[in-house]
Amino acid sequence: MTPSAVIFYVLASVALSSAVMVIWSRNPVHSAIYLVLTFLSVAGVYVLLQAEFVAAVQVLVYAGGIMVLFLFVIMLVNLKDAIGARVRLHATVSGTIGLAVVALILFVYSRGRIVSQVAGASVLRQGGNMQSLGEALYSDYLLPFEVASVLLLVAMIGAIVLARQKS
Amino acid sequence: MPVPAAHVLVFSLLLFSIGMLGVLTRRNAIIILMSIELMMNAANVNFIAFSLQLNNLLGQVFAVFTIAVAAGEVAVGLGVVLALFRNRDTIYVDEVHIMKG
Repeated sequence: MTPSAVIFYVLASVALSSAVMVIWSRNPVHSAIYLVLTFLSVAGVYVLLQAEFVAAVQVLVYAGGIMVLFLFVIMLVNLKDAIGARVRLHATVSGTIGLAVVALILFVYSRGRIVSQVAGASVLRQGGNMQSLGEALYSDYLLPFEVASVLLLVAMIGAIVLARQKS
Repeated sequence: MPVPAAHVLVFSLLLFSIGMLGVLTRRNAIIILMSIELMMNAANVNFIAFSLQLNNLLGQVFAVFTIAVAAGEVAVGLGVVLALFRNRDTIYVDEVHIMKG
């Protein structure tokens, strides 16, 4: 096994085990901390898959921004019995549905065939990952980029309107 | 590709199913939002893996857009949770059944 393969398996197992702890731990603050660990490990996986810019965005937006938002809301909500949020009564039904979906996806995977790696000079690495991605974002995908910024503005206004105190 | 693409796909499948189990079994609305984030991350892993496999930049571009949408979704979702807590004094989704028929 190459070193990068070893790093991938380590990062993947850290991400999966902390993801389990996110939905397992009783205290929402612990869940948030484990979620940070998951996001950082997934960012490491992105670096291994030659997506450095997406990894940086993942760390900045997820581990930085979204996590602060989560912690603020946990602090503001401050449920008296925040610890002890039990699993719902029909957990067996939900678990069965979840396992059925996993089995369905595995079935589709086993039927399909993964395309072999496309040979040739790497498009991802032209002038470094950041330059190629930036050129793509500001030329071919300029309209979706602008639409995404409008979407973020709408989400910001919506969040303010929703969370504002009615006076 | 450091590992076979199938291994990356299985990793993202497991991440997705953990997130889905969280959405299906937890009552706390904040934890449900966290689980949705896990599922979005799993989708992003697939985008990045196929971007490398197909030598095509579109997967990474799409992952950036997914992260932007996830940020907006979390902001609005947590606003909804705050409004819910202010009006009904609970964030447990099974105690909110005002729209139940």
